[in-house]
Amino acid sequence: MKKYIAEINVMPLKTLLDPQGKAVHHSMQNIGFSEVSSVRIGKHITLELEAESKEKAMERVNEACNKILANPVMEGYAYEVREAGEG
Amino acid sequence: MKFGVVVFPGSNCDHDTFYVLREILNQEVVELWHKEHDLKGVDGVILPGGFSYGDYLRSGAIARFSPIMEQVISFAQRGGFVFGICNGFQVLCEAGLLPGALLHNDHQKFTCKNIHILPDNNDNILTRDLDKQQPIKIPIAHGEGRYYAKKSTLQKMRMQGQILFRYCNQYGEITTDANPNGSLENIAGICNENKNVFGMMPHPERAGDEMLGNTEGKMIFESIINNLQPR
Repeated sequence: MKKYIAEINVMPLKTLLDPQGKAVHHSMQNIGFSEVSSVRIGKHITLELEAESKEKAMERVNEACNKILANPVMEGYAYEVREAGEG
Repeated sequence: MKFGVVVFPGSNCDHDTFYVLREILNQEVVELWHKEHDLKGVDGVILPGGFSYGDYLRSGAIARFSPIMEQVISFAQRGGFVFGICNGFQVLCEAGLLPGALLHNDHQKFTCKNIHILPDNNDNILTRDLDKQQPIKIPIAHGEGRYYAKKSTLQKMRMQGQILFRYCNQYGEITTDANPNGSLENIAGICNENKNVFGMMPHPERAGDEMLGNTEGKMIFESIINNLQPR
């Protein structure tokens, strides 16, 4: 078994209004970031896990995203998995 | 009738629900702690409002995996009556017992005030005894109550009479101004296809005692008690 680290981003679906992102966008425009045209805010989740291989680790991470970490009705997710100690 | 009120860590409307059912409506009620595995022979389960598990991750996302929820899900799948209020509604959506999800209010504020809702139909035990022309004054208290479901899901729900209540003004008009959180089609409450699992964002248990100056929420519990079959 090897140790892996998963970096997961969970974002509200693009088709849905993200009021938090909208409020931050509005504020940024007021303080001089007029070139910013969109802000969307999600969550970043880091997992440490053990698995036989990187593929197995990715499989489990995907399962976890579907089951609990993201709600597919309102969120999408993306992740990267690397061996602990790398990078 | 014997009701069970589930208590999660962070539930805060459990006592109000318990009180209205027992003291105002003279029903038998038991508390069901989230770590329990037994529904104690109840005829119906109520998931109360609050902030179960601090609303961490997403509201209802962690509570949905509580030990008691395994029993609640299997009870619901056998046709048992399950009713989620506010956070309880969020838990039922997360558990997949109700379609759709509850998103952050479109104005990003927690809203606590009296609003009005209108029953959409009388085809289920929760709204059977209510008047479809008569708006009900009832409090809401939530930051994440914007009901959302895919277009195709919503259409199916409409066809099958799964919409329980819509937000309206005091005259019963369903308008954009009367929508307190940006919910699709002003939806305030829904049920599943089999009409045994119910969820609503407004708090009927906070409008059950005369001392609180509003008893219009009591009608919803009365409709349940009058129409629910003991198990």
